[in-house]
Amino acid sequence: MDILYLLIPISLALVAVIALAFLWAVRSGQFDDMEGPAHRILMDDDSFNPEQDAQSVKTNINAGPDVKAK
Amino acid sequence: MEATYNYKVVRQFAIMTVVWGIVGMLVGVILSAQLIWPTLTEALGPLAPYLSYGRIRPLHTNAVIFAFGGCALFATSLYIVQRTCQTRLLSDGLASFVFWGWQLIILLATISLPLGVTSGKEYAELEWPIDLLITVVWVAYAVLFLGTIVKRKTKQIYVANWFFAAYIITIAILHIVNSIELPWILGGAGAWWKSYSAYAGVHDAMVQWWYGHNAVGFFLTTAFLGMMYYFIPKQAGRPIFSYRLSIVHFWALNFIYMWAGPHHLLYTALPDWAQSLGMVFSLMLIAPSWGGMMNGIMTLSGAWHKLRTDPILKFLITALSFYGMSTFEGPMMSVKTVNALSHYTEWGIGHVHSGALGWVAMISIGSLYYLIPRLFGREEMYSTRLINVHFWWSTIGVVLYIAALWIAGVAQGLMWRATNADGTLTYSFAQSVNAMYPFYTIRLVGGTMFFAGMLLMAYNVWKTVAAGKAVNDARIPEAVHA
Repeated sequence: MDILYLLIPISLALVAVIALAFLWAVRSGQFDDMEGPAHRILMDDDSFNPEQDAQSVKTNINAGPDVKAK
Repeated sequence: MEATYNYKVVRQFAIMTVVWGIVGMLVGVILSAQLIWPTLTEALGPLAPYLSYGRIRPLHTNAVIFAFGGCALFATSLYIVQRTCQTRLLSDGLASFVFWGWQLIILLATISLPLGVTSGKEYAELEWPIDLLITVVWVAYAVLFLGTIVKRKTKQIYVANWFFAAYIITIAILHIVNSIELPWILGGAGAWWKSYSAYAGVHDAMVQWWYGHNAVGFFLTTAFLGMMYYFIPKQAGRPIFSYRLSIVHFWALNFIYMWAGPHHLLYTALPDWAQSLGMVFSLMLIAPSWGGMMNGIMTLSGAWHKLRTDPILKFLITALSFYGMSTFEGPMMSVKTVNALSHYTEWGIGHVHSGALGWVAMISIGSLYYLIPRLFGREEMYSTRLINVHFWWSTIGVVLYIAALWIAGVAQGLMWRATNADGTLTYSFAQSVNAMYPFYTIRLVGGTMFFAGMLLMAYNVWKTVAAGKAVNDARIPEAVHA
């Protein structure tokens, strides 16, 4: 089962990467607020708003110019 | 000029999800009919070889996983990352490249698989030129998604994006390691596309299932959980039950999933300790899986009444119930003694579809019903009643499908292992095949119901799109937090 000499290091390297990502996340304050993020996505009103999204054009999925962000 | 979100790529992927869902599921229906009537497609004469079971089976799996599931994930991840990071995608050009590149890959798969061009690796059948293309497109997707997270306007990264990021990075590694192969360049014009795996024998099997199981784990689970963590709270209008639990869910899933692959190779030439390791990690997976399921379902606590009237929420919550069921069933099937009965039987196919139809397809369908009106400037879908009909057809379809194959699988397993007093086998293999007919028929009915539901969805989407205006593009609201 020589293949395990490849797969186990890859898996361990991946776990090391995950561990590093975790450490970065903790230290950079990703998990400081355990309530706010859950509420914040609800405050973002993503329903269609005719006035705000006035640049709409009647078009099929591919037709029509895409308005570039500035 | 005002800052806007890129809705175009989301719209393109959302529409193609419906299209590929119909194509992939239609192939599935044809396959299940072929199991009952093996000569079904022979009437097609010269076309028959291209529609034989062995050739269109990988077409079905690739179409539903990577075309239907893939497009659903591209659409939702690129929508969620923009809305939760409150910033436009990193690059419009890159977004277009990912869309057209992925469609090209699907088209090439649709041509090459019926022609019999295959590397023979399950869920990775596509040959080396397409493998290279997948790598390029996937890296572009990773840059697009992660780059958008980097330029986010919010401090914290919403948990759904964590799930998508893990899936994108892991799938890149899995695809590259599993697809290392030697093109047979001496094949000349007739076979230049042929390649051979860099691994051989049981080594190849181990790499294959390290890939195969993690593809299930990260493509079909982690990524769709990202979808779940955004669309359930949004549709229910309530914050996720516990944000803390969702973070624990994420990290626990990531640390454990990688090791469960050997459970596909129990009682094979794989060393016994590796088999046991795979089984133990599979059992451990119940904890994070059920934690996540509870977290999603409990989000509705105090608002259960919404389930009575909102068919989109029904889709999302039923999907989670199937997620819970199949993540309990999976670990059970990885227990060696259970596996001795279940392996190689129809039970396996039943289990896969409980996850694929019940969880993956239903969470995607629910999310699309949420998404499509917003992308086409409508308040809601053309018909809520049709969504409800779709929900019931799908649910009854899945239940018929998996119940039939549970019974079929257990019957098969018991017939294969039954011995007479003198040690000879009680049943011939053909007898066990014969016993499958009624169950195959129920499965065909269930599968057809699910497929018909997709047609209803296509009609509903068509009417919504036709009456709406494509939103080019939604304005990014002012920061909603301090």
